[in-house]
Amino acid sequence: MAQGVNIENYSFWYGRTQVVKNISLSAPVRQVTALIGPSGCGKTTLLRSINRLHELHPGTKAEGRIAIGEEDIFSAAVDPVDLRRRVGMIFQKPSPFPHLSVFENVAAGLRLHGLAQGKEVAERVEACLRKAALWEEVKDDLGRKGALLSGGQQQRLCIARALAVEPEVFLMDEPCASLDPVGTMRIEELIRELKHDYTVVIVTHNMHQASRISDQTAFVLSGELVEVGRTKEFFLAPQDPRTEAYLTWKIG
Amino acid sequence: MQAIRRALYSGTREGVFHYVTLLAALGLVALVVSIFLVVTLQSAPAWRAFGLSFLTTSIWDPMANQFGAVPALLGTVITAVLALAVATPLSIGTAVFLSEIVPQSWRRPLSFVVELLAAVPSVVYGLWGLFVLAPWLRTGLGQLLADYLGFLPIFAGPSLGIGVLTASLVLAIMVLPTITAISGEVMRGVPPELREAMFALGATRWEVVTKVILPSSKSGIAGALLLGLGRAIGEAIAVTMVIGNANLIPVSLLAPAQTMASLIVSEFPEAFDLHLSALLLLATLLFSITLIINLIAAWFFYRPSQHVAATAKGSVWAKLLRKGS
Ligand SMILES: Nc1ncnc2c1ncn2[C@@H]1O[C@H](COP(=O)(O)OP(=O)(O)OP(=O)(O)O)[C@@H](O)[C@H]1O
Ligand SMILES: [Mg+2]
Repeated sequence: MAQGVNIENYSFWYGRTQVVKNISLSAPVRQVTALIGPSGCGKTTLLRSINRLHELHPGTKAEGRIAIGEEDIFSAAVDPVDLRRRVGMIFQKPSPFPHLSVFENVAAGLRLHGLAQGKEVAERVEACLRKAALWEEVKDDLGRKGALLSGGQQQRLCIARALAVEPEVFLMDEPCASLDPVGTMRIEELIRELKHDYTVVIVTHNMHQASRISDQTAFVLSGELVEVGRTKEFFLAPQDPRTEAYLTWKIG
Repeated sequence: MQAIRRALYSGTREGVFHYVTLLAALGLVALVVSIFLVVTLQSAPAWRAFGLSFLTTSIWDPMANQFGAVPALLGTVITAVLALAVATPLSIGTAVFLSEIVPQSWRRPLSFVVELLAAVPSVVYGLWGLFVLAPWLRTGLGQLLADYLGFLPIFAGPSLGIGVLTASLVLAIMVLPTITAISGEVMRGVPPELREAMFALGATRWEVVTKVILPSSKSGIAGALLLGLGRAIGEAIAVTMVIGNANLIPVSLLAPAQTMASLIVSEFPEAFDLHLSALLLLATLLFSITLIINLIAAWFFYRPSQHVAATAKGSVWAKLLRKGS
């Protein structure tokens, strides 16, 4: 079941440095929310807070509330390990497990959580590869190592891998940063498909990409949320002069 | 020579530097080859006298000029394998702990301690084995084994304190830092994205270690284990001090025995003629075995399907060169 993400007064510190400053932002269910902003403004940090991946680094501090659906992810009742299963994440660098085949990469999460047994595994793997628009390219050799695919195929493999555990939310951190235009286009098509079933939050440096695929765009500057709006309005008529400046500088 | 002269006179400093380092490298190779040649040549008389029976008979009698290496060969294999069996879980566990669990700020000091252990001279380990471990084994674990499991040939008493078990345990401790340092280095070379990708699928730290870190560093770990094995096989002084040096086929772990290296060390000072040649034949064997093991280890580090990051490979080798193993 897809769930929306609700971030309320969220702040984050690496040691003494505050990199996310009191951000409130909703990512509506079954929509694509794009996070844009200059390098180092805290987009990745914010994104990684949503599945509590940041907690793996010692010496960090978070304040505020993030809810997936109705549930506060920082509440004591939530196990971060379980939370991460419910939140799929795609990284900037495609990261298939190099020691596993294409098939086993997708099956990894199924096996991890015992979500499928026997023949069911193969069915689920196929379904996920189809959903990730990779099936046709790999179906003849599922035993090939995942790391031998092209960069774009690897990224779709990672999407298939994340799909397998049936997340409620998809987080993507510059998923096309290392891809060529064709690879990028295919991922964008895929994202448009995915949003029918999932909530997607995507970080991108590509303004055109944000405007093509997102329903909502948020602009972050030095850890602060400057502006958030429906994508069309956001790009056509930004309210804040800083957004305007960033967009003109970026696009113009 | 022409080329060297040209480089020296051309005034390019890189040229000179290049050839100086090349010469040093060639010199090193020549040294190793010449050591091997001398040892091999000196062992020829023993090889002519005994041939393959050197490897298949077990009487070692310098008085009768009769030399068969079976007890030493078996002693070497058994102590090395036991040492590795003990050291493997400990060192891989430590490596995982250092690379995946300890906070960043503790990693360096702890790794440094592990590397210090590798720098302790063997004779110190030997002394420790002789004066600490052996007495403790004699009255403690060894006595228990002899008392309760003594009906099994491999634990047949009496518990002497020195012997196969003691030697294996000393060796285990000696190879532990090598295996830990190298396999830890290999694990740290696993790209962080892979760890995070597994965490992001909802894996626990344990699952990340067992399903991503260990499988993707397995050939580096295999290499590390082989280097440890090579070290255990070649270790002489410490083993000589604690194994009891008896020319017996090692059946009981509590009984004294000897290894190829310990046999060479303990008899070399008084050996001459055929006896000396027999010891050098053992040395040739030892040299060849460790060379082969190290070559296989190198293959594990460098084979093309290995996905350990190039940086990790580089530093593994930097480490090996520093250790001079
Ligand atoms: N592990 C860390 N320890 C300390 N500071 C960090 C760490 N990771 C990131 N930072 C700092 O936090 C700030 C925000 O980083 P973040 O990665 O979230 O930026 P970003 O918006 O994703 O940038 P980019 O567009 O370049 O990916 C940066 O100033 C960065 O230097
Ligand atoms: Mg980033």
